[in-house]
Amino acid sequence: MSDWKSLASQLAEQGYIASPDLAMALHISLKLGRPLLLEGAAGVGKTEIARTLANALDTRLIRLQCYEGLDAAHAIYEWNYQRQLLAIRASAEDGKTGPDVEKRIFSEEFLLERPLLQAIRQDTSPVLLIDEIDRADQEFEAYLLEVLSDFQITVPELGTLTATSRPYVVLTSNGTRDLSDALRRRCIYSYVEYPDRATELAILAARCPDIDERLAAQIVGFVQSLRREELEKVPGVAEMLDFAAALTGLGINDLNDDPEILRASLVTLLKTQADRANVPLEVAQRLAGKAA
Amino acid sequence: MTKITRFSGRDPGASARVSGFVGHLRDHGFPLGVRETEAALESLGHVAAADPFEVCLALKAVCSGNHEDFDKFDILFDSYWRNQGRVRNKIVKTNKSAAPKYSRTSQEDSTQQTNAAGNISSPDTGGGLGEVASEGEGRLVASGVQNLMKKDLRELLSPQDIAAAEVVARRLADAIRDRRSRRRHAAIKGDQIDFRKVVRKSLSTGGEPIRLPRRRRPERPVHLVALCDVSGSMTVYARLFLAFLSGLIRADATADAYLFHTRLVRITQALRDDDPLRSLNRLTLLADGFGGGSKIGATFDQFGKTYARRFVSGRSVVLILSDGYDTDAPELLGSALKVIKKRGCKIIWLNPLKGWKGYEPVARGMAAALPYLDMFAAANTLESLAALEPELAGI
Repeated sequence: MSDWKSLASQLAEQGYIASPDLAMALHISLKLGRPLLLEGAAGVGKTEIARTLANALDTRLIRLQCYEGLDAAHAIYEWNYQRQLLAIRASAEDGKTGPDVEKRIFSEEFLLERPLLQAIRQDTSPVLLIDEIDRADQEFEAYLLEVLSDFQITVPELGTLTATSRPYVVLTSNGTRDLSDALRRRCIYSYVEYPDRATELAILAARCPDIDERLAAQIVGFVQSLRREELEKVPGVAEMLDFAAALTGLGINDLNDDPEILRASLVTLLKTQADRANVPLEVAQRLAGKAA
Repeated sequence: MTKITRFSGRDPGASARVSGFVGHLRDHGFPLGVRETEAALESLGHVAAADPFEVCLALKAVCSGNHEDFDKFDILFDSYWRNQGRVRNKIVKTNKSAAPKYSRTSQEDSTQQTNAAGNISSPDTGGGLGEVASEGEGRLVASGVQNLMKKDLRELLSPQDIAAAEVVARRLADAIRDRRSRRRHAAIKGDQIDFRKVVRKSLSTGGEPIRLPRRRRPERPVHLVALCDVSGSMTVYARLFLAFLSGLIRADATADAYLFHTRLVRITQALRDDDPLRSLNRLTLLADGFGGGSKIGATFDQFGKTYARRFVSGRSVVLILSDGYDTDAPELLGSALKVIKKRGCKIIWLNPLKGWKGYEPVARGMAAALPYLDMFAAANTLESLAALEPELAGI
């Protein structure tokens, strides 16, 4: 069996069913030591792949959630100011001065490591997940490029900190902003689609092993056809799993058994008022009937 | 899958073929360099290089960089390695030899114009659209008929116009600032204390923080997205607005521009071309249907579902240049604008007709759009665009 297939089956053991595209992209990015950039709609399992990879490689997952205005102090490092001030006062009372104090308060003891610095200072290579990179500003993206190519971070007071281990980097993007070509070029790329019917069935079977086979087929068929409706927020894989959990929790074996339960469990799939209005019970029943 | 490209006997080997393939992708718009060729070759060492499926997957992961490239990769792979790409290559070649003819001269020679006019009979791609609601009234109304006549935009625009518009566009782009950053910069009258500096300064006073340096949120430029109506009713203003768009795109590296009539076309790439004349040529090709009908609702709906998802965010300002005469139902325009508005952007509508004396937004589409607009202003000359600067600064 070739390497990338064994990687795929390793992921499958952890409950993640990856498409050939994704498994190959992941394999190549691990082999070449390049970051993996994943794009796709929300809820297709982009974030989950990093978590699963960390489990499969038996290493730590370090996550950096991006947001608008994310800055170096939150992504890389920050000095512990309160402790620094206290230390200055204490050493002033001991009669120490100038360079000694400075050396002390700008030592690693007073450095708060944030995800990026943490990731390059581990003993074993961790998985670094940079989530929703498109939400961060472009300046941050440029800085990230620098870190990702050199794997070293410069703290003016301390000097350059080089990586003790190279993290496996996974970046995800929801496409709210166009990423720069420079970042794209530096990454291995894969676009994650909503899973097809067979894959989604496999995912459901992996995550809820005790679900009834017929119900599983119904659930997947129902969600797949729901995705083709005009919706503001298309249900992802996570929603599908919630839906399945809700149905098994309510103890039904057939989607068409009880319209009330179907209606109630739709809350796990339809997340906006407009979508709820767009899919009234009749439509849901029609879709469920087709899926059966 | 038995078709396999036969490379000639003199072919220098596998790595040359792979770099040939990268060149083939480059010809089709993939932004690839030597580094990618290297990575592609390296990646082949980690898969079964004799298995076409694995090789395709591996090269796809390395060479594609965005969703569009990712989707068209399979076809390009087949066309190079599976003997379907010969014809395509030839087309690329003739294009190249034709290109210098356009870029060498800045004179508008007549042969080029006849070239452009000679394409009238090109196959109609959107024929279905054209038959919708053709109203044959002799007044200024929006028409749903697609104009298949290609107008040469060089008749409308000159590089000098663009240069003048560029100045205005730059000033406007600078006037609109975003004041919602979460990052902070040093500032004397900042609203927050800069602790890092406090610690540093307190060293000299034995740990007493005497001076308190401050910082505040900086003002940032916004991302401008311009949608320009080039339907029949807007033809008289097209010259101004196209010049403005070219100026805008040149002045602001993050700006984005679109044309619409019965369809929506993204023209950012064309406008960004270094050679102004070639840029106009590209624009002419893109603006097929120029001066035809207007389907504002449908095009905005399309915009909201496609480009807006990628390019419009909370930091964007969507600039619409249109007279609001629409053949679609006004509800469609309203709902489309609602979707765009939901991206968190500001919407500014510049309507050339608003400059007319006693103008009321009676076009039904315009009335439906009003609730979603942050600003509705007149603009029919370059001067009136420039005069908008103080108002835009207040947004």
